[in-house]
Amino acid sequence: MFDASMMRTAPESRATQVSPILPLTMRDVVLRFGGATVLDGVSLDLGSRGCTVIMGPNGAGKSLLLKLMHGLIAPGSGDILWGGARPSEVMSRQALVFQKPVLLRRSVAANIDFVLKARRKDRSRRTALLEHVGLLHKADQPARLLSGGEAQRLALARALATDPEVLFLDEPTASLDPASVLAIERIMSDARQRGVRVVLVTHDVGQARRMADDVVFLHRGRIAEHSPASDFFPEPRCAAARDYVNGRIVV
Amino acid sequence: MSSNRFAATAIAMILAGAASAQDTSIIVQSTTSTANSGLYDYLLPLFQAETGIQVNVVAVGTGQAIKNAENCDGDVLLVHAKASEEKFVADGFGTERIDLMYNDFVVVGPASDPAGVVGMTDVQAALTQIAEQGVMFASRGDDSGTHKKELSLWASTDVDPTASSGGWYRETGSGMGATLNAGIGMGAYVLTDRATWISFGNKQDYQISVQGDDDLFNQYGVIPVSPEKCPNVNIDAAQTLADWLVSAEGQEAIAAYTVADQQLFFPNAPTN
Amino acid sequence: MQSIGDALGLAVALVLSGDPDLLEIVLLSLQVSLTATVLACMIGLPIGALVAIGRFRGRNAVLILMNALMGLPPVVVGLLVYLHLSRSGPLGFLGLLYTPTAMIIAQTILIAPIIAALSRQVLEDLHTEYADQFRSFCLTRLQTVQALLWDARYSLLTVGLAGFGRAVAEVGAVIIVGGNIDHLTRVMTTAIALETSKGELGLALALGMILLAIALGVNAAVQSVRMTAARQAYV
Repeated sequence: MFDASMMRTAPESRATQVSPILPLTMRDVVLRFGGATVLDGVSLDLGSRGCTVIMGPNGAGKSLLLKLMHGLIAPGSGDILWGGARPSEVMSRQALVFQKPVLLRRSVAANIDFVLKARRKDRSRRTALLEHVGLLHKADQPARLLSGGEAQRLALARALATDPEVLFLDEPTASLDPASVLAIERIMSDARQRGVRVVLVTHDVGQARRMADDVVFLHRGRIAEHSPASDFFPEPRCAAARDYVNGRIVV
Repeated sequence: MSSNRFAATAIAMILAGAASAQDTSIIVQSTTSTANSGLYDYLLPLFQAETGIQVNVVAVGTGQAIKNAENCDGDVLLVHAKASEEKFVADGFGTERIDLMYNDFVVVGPASDPAGVVGMTDVQAALTQIAEQGVMFASRGDDSGTHKKELSLWASTDVDPTASSGGWYRETGSGMGATLNAGIGMGAYVLTDRATWISFGNKQDYQISVQGDDDLFNQYGVIPVSPEKCPNVNIDAAQTLADWLVSAEGQEAIAAYTVADQQLFFPNAPTN
Repeated sequence: MQSIGDALGLAVALVLSGDPDLLEIVLLSLQVSLTATVLACMIGLPIGALVAIGRFRGRNAVLILMNALMGLPPVVVGLLVYLHLSRSGPLGFLGLLYTPTAMIIAQTILIAPIIAALSRQVLEDLHTEYADQFRSFCLTRLQTVQALLWDARYSLLTVGLAGFGRAVAEVGAVIIVGGNIDHLTRVMTTAIALETSKGELGLALALGMILLAIALGVNAAVQSVRMTAARQAYV
């Protein structure tokens, strides 16, 4: 089976060299676009291990929350601190897999090589990474001709190539077939097992049940609920989350 | 990326270009008529076979040729505007001016001869008649030797053609060939040197309307560019070319060059 | 008056005759304009890329300048280069006037702004797609530029082609700095200008058709490369 030591340095060993990235602390974060307030007073604490699933109806601000955490956008006000550091300072210790994978106009292998080279990682890890996501047999194919599921797995492999301590995923399995969903969930679980902190945005309640250690429910730009998965799924505290989990339409 | 290979290729090409300028070659700043009529294609291989000197000809109007030579961008000047040439030497840009050869100017016009000047031998009278009837006349308008000659002809008439510029008097601001093409295109009379006219390929229905006036004499001169003004000139090779052109051999070669069985240039270098 | 058909016949006859003078002129045209295109790409692509990804004060002014410079009249470029390379000019000691090198320099200056302005547009569009991902990868500016240039390589081929087309077709610059010297600096366009001035309109037109055929060949070659790339979704 897969040899984890080939994949990355263990986060624990690196944590001794640099200050720990977790916990994440967000306090009173507000984000405005034009006149509209899209995130309003978000406060959130994420612990050092596990998989956090962010759920909520369309337009709740899930993707923006992810980008704020990662540092791709800056909040209008409020604090976001990773073990005391600003997001931009620790961005290189994190990776984000976008909802629509942005693949380079190169071969599958060259997409991996690009990241390994840019981030000065061991170039020989390409084979292991591709094998891990089941794309070794497609190494020489043009990346942009991959199917949706394959493209997302390549994006995941590329993210893992950076040895992230935190892995963000923005609806990585939206509109994928069940086999692809299963493959991607396996890869996410492996990462989590190895100690990577996973933050996953998903609409798929089943996936949330399978993956989540804790759940953040976002509604109209606010955090409506943040509970351990074992509390959330039997009985969400807030009404909107209850309706959402039970398949009723929430806006 | 392969940009290093591109750079290497580009640099090699630049060096090759620079190297080709280092050969024993000289540049002649020349009027166009001698080049366009094919005279150089006939003369220069003879000269090169004898001396091994490669002669590169830049053919532009006389005015521009003189300016280029004043910028030291030529080793020899070969043009046809005696007054300007003498000034060039007097200003120190040339070592000496030597008469080389002559031919004559002619006025060409459409076969229908709208101004009724065909057969006239008094060029000033013919020009006056063209002006009075308002028939179009195409001028070089480019400060070339031919343009200077044309202006000097007008100066001895009562007509100021530039007052009608844009009317019947059309200044093309172009070379001889371009002016002929334009003039023929609009049915205008054109003053041209005979060599260019004989070798011109787009005559259509045009013919020589006026010729034979002594005032239409066209003298070519050759001037080596002075090494005192321009230290970069190859004065030895330049002098060799000037000497060869005015030598008995060079003069015979000039006389021997014909187009359509007509002699284009008549050697008249002073014999010493 | 010579007809187009006569000129076409003459063009074919010229090509079939394998005239060494014609070959020399064609090869020099290609050498000068291709070298100028490569040099202009080496200058214009990095500038286009930096402006494409850069957000700096005066960026709009730079864009306007780049776009305006695309319309540089060849004869003005020729004159500027002439004034510098003339033996009495500041770079006269190099002895480059009336050499193919001078023509390459003039054409490089002429088309570098075209390469920069067109590549800026291409790269900015691509950067819009890649920007978030590249920031997430924490790429340096140099890495971003390199990646954009490489990923846009087939689109940039078309940009290069636009520059080459302008270079190989212009006469105003090369005739001033090259001098149209037979067997040294005579290229297709200056030969066409010369034959026109000699009234040999048929020959001039025939040379023009050969130039057009060369341009068609180069364009077809680039297009086939692009189509191959498009099948791999690399465009």
